[in-house]
Amino acid sequence: MGFFTDTSVCIGCKACEVACKEWNSVPEDGLEFTGMSYDNTQQLGADTWRHVAFIEQSKPIGQAEPGTDHGGSPGAASDGGGTDMRWLMASDVCKHCTHAACLDVCPTGSLFRTEFGTVVVQEDICNGCGYCVPACPYGVIDQRKEDGRVWKCTLCYDRIGGGLEPACAKACPTDSIQYGPLDELRERAALRVEQLHGIGVEDARLYGHDPDDGVGGDGAFFLLLDEPEVYGLPPDPVVTTRDMPSMWRHAGVAAAAMLGGLAAVFAAHGREGGAR
Amino acid sequence: MSESEVRKDGVHGARPDREALVGKGLPGRGGGGRGRRGRRGGRGEKAMVPEAEFTSYYGRPVLKAPTWKASDVAAYLFLGGLAGAGSVLAAGAQLTGRPVAARALKISSLAAITGSTAALIHDLGRPARFANMLRVMKPTSPMSMGSWILAGYGPAAGAAAVLDATGLFPRLGAAATGAAAALGPAVTTYTAVLICDTAVPAWHEGRREMPFVFTGSAMSAAAGMALAAAPVRETGPMRTAALLGGVLELAAAKTLEHRAGLAAEPYKQGKAGRFMRAGEILSGAGTAGAVLLGGRSRAAAALCGTALLAGSTCTRFGIFHAGMQSARDPKYTVVPQRERVNAREAEART
Ligand code: SF4
Ligand code: SF4
Repeated sequence: MGFFTDTSVCIGCKACEVACKEWNSVPEDGLEFTGMSYDNTQQLGADTWRHVAFIEQSKPIGQAEPGTDHGGSPGAASDGGGTDMRWLMASDVCKHCTHAACLDVCPTGSLFRTEFGTVVVQEDICNGCGYCVPACPYGVIDQRKEDGRVWKCTLCYDRIGGGLEPACAKACPTDSIQYGPLDELRERAALRVEQLHGIGVEDARLYGHDPDDGVGGDGAFFLLLDEPEVYGLPPDPVVTTRDMPSMWRHAGVAAAAMLGGLAAVFAAHGREGGAR
Repeated sequence: MSESEVRKDGVHGARPDREALVGKGLPGRGGGGRGRRGRRGGRGEKAMVPEAEFTSYYGRPVLKAPTWKASDVAAYLFLGGLAGAGSVLAAGAQLTGRPVAARALKISSLAAITGSTAALIHDLGRPARFANMLRVMKPTSPMSMGSWILAGYGPAAGAAAVLDATGLFPRLGAAATGAAAALGPAVTTYTAVLICDTAVPAWHEGRREMPFVFTGSAMSAAAGMALAAAPVRETGPMRTAALLGGVLELAAAKTLEHRAGLAAEPYKQGKAGRFMRAGEILSGAGTAGAVLLGGRSRAAAALCGTALLAGSTCTRFGIFHAGMQSARDPKYTVVPQRERVNAREAEART
């Protein structure tokens, strides 16, 4: 089971952010203006499991006309009063990777894969070692300062276990967030991309849908209207544990070199008072 | 609010108007060409590969930087190396009849491994959390493997030091010395795998060289410790070990900086760059001094030994900060990945 987030219909209402906090009792994490955009949540974190990104761009979208007069809005283009910008809104979340680096590196087994194929932290086992934090190629999971443990989206493990859809998907008024079996969602997503291409939105593309990508495909994938990095997503994430055998091999060679090298040094010097 | 739900048996309650048409209701684009101006990289338009244009979400980092504190984790890396390499040197010194050096190294290894475990526990917050680390054994988690290595190594190093200092049970002491020496190289190198098995660009891209940097740095630190603590007539092999370690550390670090591409940039800049340069200078001077003067005067040996220890510490802090710097700047994550994607797409087209 997973999420398909179709950002082309997102209106940036943040209902998902609020619903997630409400259902999961996630603490408030600062209400400040950052000055960077209308996005005042900034990023996913220990206390933000859904994050709606707001991207302001001067680019046309589909059949929309850049330079359309929105009625003397600020930022109006000089050539006749219209604005030359578009908004992209996208609700981001933990990707529930098929090959999840966070889960692989967790030394306590606190992170586990559920019967739904999602990735969940067991709060009573997490050690707060923070290893999963830099391991995640998407920068999702994070440590809560107050208790030292890590937190992230559980894909509403408690709700889906009871046959309900996750709180964010339930709250989304435009169905930008859709929940269901992944193969079915992928089918719908492909149709939606085709439809958008058909009406001239050539930039529409899927992200995280491909089971052959660096993380084995995401349990939460997206329809984006621009390159992933525009949304703060990595263009080609890779699960780092993929290189594990080679890393252990290199460490093994280095360790053997140290033992061998030092043995040779002592052999060359001989007993104390010997050669040198 | 949303009525539709996707279940195994299909979509329930889909609303008819959910397939919004983007841009509908705004004046049509009319003809062809307009609206394409200023468009960056629409799919299939780019003729050639890189040009590696860099965009990000308001310059915000893509990755979460490690939550680890430099004072805990960089110290943990340094102390682990000092302990592990020290145990190997101690065993060598013992076998070749250099008892003072052997005892000094066993004690420094015990102190270092205690310090490194304390740093780890301080970073975790509570001692009980270290025990929790031994809940499972996971080869995919270098931290889990490392905890098990420490659980074996710590007692061996402790027994080796205590039995040597007290003179009790010499056979058992020799066995503990041997066990600590056997596990020492693992203690030294697993930390390299630990930091490289992350998405942090400066670390992950250096994954091939990192174990060698750590090994070299650990050998020069342990040799430095012996030079500072043992009489000149016992430290002949330590001076050679310092040379071996110093050369390995510098060579591996230079290879890393050359091979890791953009991800190597943090090693040359800012705080990390300053630590790396200081490490090079101290290790270089310490090694040269140890080889040239370390055999003549006790004072010179002690000075060079201290320089080697300081050099190794600086290198570890440099590596730590380089990782932090590379995680905080989205450039290091996005640009190499974008180049990879572009190259793949170019290949698919030809
Ligand atoms: S996105 Fe990050 S936190 Fe979520 S499953 Fe993947 S690796 Fe883990
Ligand atoms: S912080 Fe918790 S969940 Fe993350 S790796 Fe450590 S023990 Fe596992």
